Amino acid sequence: MYRYDEFDDRFVRERVASFRSQVERRLSGALTEDEFKPLRLQNGLYLQLHAYMLRVAIPYGTLDAPQMRQLAMIAERWDKGYGHFTTRQNIQFNWPTLQDVPAILDALADVGMHAIQTSGNCIRNVTADHFAGAAADEIEDPRPTAEILRQWSGGHPEFAFLPRKFKIAVTGSPNDRAVTKAHDIGLRMLRNAAGEPGYEVIVGGGLGRTPMIGKVIREFLPKNDLLAYLESVLRVYNLHGRRDNKYKARIKILVHESKLENIRAEVEAEFERLMAEEAGPTHALSAKEVARIEACFAPPAFDDAPDRALDLDAALAADTDFRAWVKTNVTGHRQSGYRIVTVSLKLIGEAPGDASADQMRALADIAERYSVNELRVSHEQNIVLPHVRAVDLPEVFACLQQAGLATANIGQITDIIACPGMDYCALATARSIPVAQDIANHFSSPAQAAEIGKLQIKISGCINACGHHHVGHIGILGLEKAGIESYQITLGGDATETTAIGEYAGPGFAYDDVVPAIQRLMDAYLALRANPDEIFLQVYRRLGAAPFKAALYPASNGSTGSGSGGSGKRPPEPKPHLIASAQAHQATQAQFVFYHF
Amino acid sequence: MPIVTDSGFDFETQADAMLSLEALLSGGGDPASGLEVANDTDPRDLVPHFDGIGLIAVTFPNFADGRGFSLARRLRALGYEGRLRAKGHVISDQYPMARACGFDEVEIDEALATRQPEEHWLAVTSLSGHALRARG
Repeated sequence: MYRYDEFDDRFVRERVASFRSQVERRLSGALTEDEFKPLRLQNGLYLQLHAYMLRVAIPYGTLDAPQMRQLAMIAERWDKGYGHFTTRQNIQFNWPTLQDVPAILDALADVGMHAIQTSGNCIRNVTADHFAGAAADEIEDPRPTAEILRQWSGGHPEFAFLPRKFKIAVTGSPNDRAVTKAHDIGLRMLRNAAGEPGYEVIVGGGLGRTPMIGKVIREFLPKNDLLAYLESVLRVYNLHGRRDNKYKARIKILVHESKLENIRAEVEAEFERLMAEEAGPTHALSAKEVARIEACFAPPAFDDAPDRALDLDAALAADTDFRAWVKTNVTGHRQSGYRIVTVSLKLIGEAPGDASADQMRALADIAERYSVNELRVSHEQNIVLPHVRAVDLPEVFACLQQAGLATANIGQITDIIACPGMDYCALATARSIPVAQDIANHFSSPAQAAEIGKLQIKISGCINACGHHHVGHIGILGLEKAGIESYQITLGGDATETTAIGEYAGPGFAYDDVVPAIQRLMDAYLALRANPDEIFLQVYRRLGAAPFKAALYPASNGSTGSGSGGSGKRPPEPKPHLIASAQAHQATQAQFVFYHF
Repeated sequence: MPIVTDSGFDFETQADAMLSLEALLSGGGDPASGLEVANDTDPRDLVPHFDGIGLIAVTFPNFADGRGFSLARRLRALGYEGRLRAKGHVISDQYPMARACGFDEVEIDEALATRQPEEHWLAVTSLSGHALRARG
């Protein structure tokens, strides 16, 4: 893992001091509210529906046990005892007070963390494959690249006031687990014909109200040219991106309106100028510096752990819960004898991505003992233990059971991505967490979930699509129509290397009609699949939308639909989840221990 | 109008009327005392005139519009070595960014100078701002 040196430490300490001063100057009136807002956002502080929210950066989703414990401490000391892991591999604290924020930032700096550029119109926290350094299919570890980008983008003087936010994702595997085609820039590490390392550069992807799949702007960029090239892309975007309409300000719109070939020509011209500059600007990373960063991500000292052992096989044979968990939550590792464990933060009936302070500490302990002190946050809002010895799996499972974290549902219908929605977010137009909870409760039987198999449901509580609904096999978008929540369903989205934007299925459903609609989709899928291995997405691709639309709108052959969005039913009282969730999170540890799935 | 530099406020600098880009390009004036350009100016238009320009002031209509930072970097990349000023709505927190992008100074109006007095600007002149850059 990367460790801060004196420069990183000084940088984050200066930023904390700056933020403290900015808060003081806001209170004194030296900064207007308009001026304070982007400064606050660039330090990770949002104003939500009920309170401030602090979004803490977990660069490329990687953290160690002491950092996880510090997050637990912050959750307990300054929040309500829990945190929310996000689709951008960050963690959000939903209840800090403004005056506590500088102290929280100090506490983060103590463990080499920060909240810088997790919001605002700047280059956001860089994300990467959560299986980096462990994946069996990896060409190259994306984390050194992501760390170089963190350092390059953090406090970049030219790009702090862009037209809009800017998100970069990196993958080092052909199987894309970082959704690179739905980012402003996606980087796919590869090698050219001569075997030299480099990147395919994808630009202009994004979800939100205008979903677009990123386009390849450079098929092969030599590794050493990365920062100069990205600096060129960002400069072209900063100068030419639209600033007249915030909904048309992302680079995807610039690429779309100006045409890819024109943007490519502009970028290449800028890149040529930058490469010709003698005095090295920020793009010139020395070989020594690259080597320093790469050394931080050297593989851990794997031992010659056996790939199987008698007691592992015995446990698999004897314990059906363990066997089910291994099947869903354990992935092959590049190193023989090791496995990648994904810990589900999708406990049935809980808010997706939430973890209590006790759970965070349990995860830290398990990581320290069984996963060479490393944890990852996945964009699917789960926690990854990247380096677990296969023979330790029964013990890890037992520890997770004790912490209430042994839910065996990774990749299944109850492993739902959901944005915070109306329960927290000021932008939301509908609730999303309670929808996820209702679906998970409805499909809570492990046998039923296993029967349905691999399925990604993703829920957003507004058109901004933080819940990635466009790329869910089934996407659910919560809108508000005449004061009533209405949920649109999209079908056939795909977040992997075969990225696809889901197709709008028809008129929206009232809150109470969402679960029955999903049930009808599942009934149709189970009846239509050629065999149990054909997953929902494959059936959708084979047969198209028609049979699923017919299932969603049975009265009307799927073309016009009768679900009017406003079925006359009043939505339940606003935000009951909030209260329930707050109570649940203040629950005693005993309740987690006795939790069963 | 105070000019902010690393040594603080300077109220002395004369407020010469600066030449507009249109005037320069139509051959209608001498830019020796200064040229004021909008933040969407194509810097390549200025290259033939670099030697005769005493000062380029890039306007910042709003502090949240960051185009001026990229324009400064491009002017420097194209070889402009004269004085470069960020003029308009630039707040003290942006001073290190302006300097890092190639600006020598910032010109703000009296109201902003009153709201954000000299010590606010002096407090940020020493910030490194950028770990990668500081590391060298």
